Amino acid sequence: MIEFDNNLPIYMQIMSYLKKQIIVGKLKPSDKIPSVRELASELQINPNTVQRTFSELEREGIVETRRGLGRYVTSEESIIMGIKKEMAGELIEHFIQGMQELGFASNEIISIVSDAVESKGEERGDNP
Amino acid sequence: MSVVLEVKDIHKSYWRKTALSDVSFTIERGKVIGLLGSNGSGKTTLMKLIAGLTHPTSGSIKVGGATVGHDTKRIVSYMPDIPLTEGWMKVKDAVSFYRDFYADFDHAKAHEMISFMRLNEQDRVSSLSKGMQERLQLTLALSRNASLYLLDEPIGGVDPVARGKILDALVEYYNPESSIILTTHLLTDIERIFDEVIMLKQGKLILQEDVETIRMKRGKSVDELFKEVYAEC
Repeated sequence: MIEFDNNLPIYMQIMSYLKKQIIVGKLKPSDKIPSVRELASELQINPNTVQRTFSELEREGIVETRRGLGRYVTSEESIIMGIKKEMAGELIEHFIQGMQELGFASNEIISIVSDAVESKGEERGDNP
Repeated sequence: MSVVLEVKDIHKSYWRKTALSDVSFTIERGKVIGLLGSNGSGKTTLMKLIAGLTHPTSGSIKVGGATVGHDTKRIVSYMPDIPLTEGWMKVKDAVSFYRDFYADFDHAKAHEMISFMRLNEQDRVSSLSKGMQERLQLTLALSRNASLYLLDEPIGGVDPVARGKILDALVEYYNPESSIILTTHLLTDIERIFDEVIMLKQGKLILQEDVETIRMKRGKSVDELFKEVYAEC
């Protein structure tokens, strides 16, 4: 379920929710996505808003409509990689801006990040 | 998109008191409209005018291209803020009452909605709690296959859980070919089901806007905008 923020357009929030579902693999390439009606009642929102979300996702090539069958996540990995990069880009931009506001220089930010990534890796015991 | 409702230069006075003045707007098919305003701003008067239960002092209202009257009542389903059902009725009697009254009443849909709403057909209407009463009234109003639904305070006196159930029912049973006008002053949960909101203040229309546009352009929720607009009331 999404915790909506009523101060932001709802269709954008559903878009990023669905994009996240795709990135983390809850929705896989070529998976069927819920119908307008299903998603509207699940999220308790206006069906027209869901419709708008789907049109935007179609425009971006993330979702494809197959006539008479419904809507599917694109099978093109490059588009999915694209979403991943786009969302990563947003996160990083946000982060860098925050760090700059705290007065860190570029090289400091880099070393802080690499230290943090290293210690996180050790915690989890993975070997990236 | 075709226009379902056209309200033009409406003026309504009760004796010397003006309830509505210079109200004009149109509503397209398939839209859910929130009609907002503080108490006494003219919401219920406007609903009654569209339902054809009272007449404007001047101006015109058209539903589906026809002036409000006998014929438009067939395609407008009005859920008043005071129930139309009688105390002696059981839930099933209330359903039969509506079925007898309206040719567009969909019995199968009513049946389905009754179980969705967890209403019991054998319960007496007078014994229902306020929340269950609202569920019944909404069931009756939405079971008609109308072009325009007028719902006056469908979530007025219910707790948040019951409100959720009513919202579910609205999204679930709403026919995308028709339009809904819904009055409320509880915006937080319900504003996500609106396409547009109309705000009335002291009998005048002060705003009609797409809700996503409100969020995008003003960066605030409909609830916040509402509080701003009515702050001095």
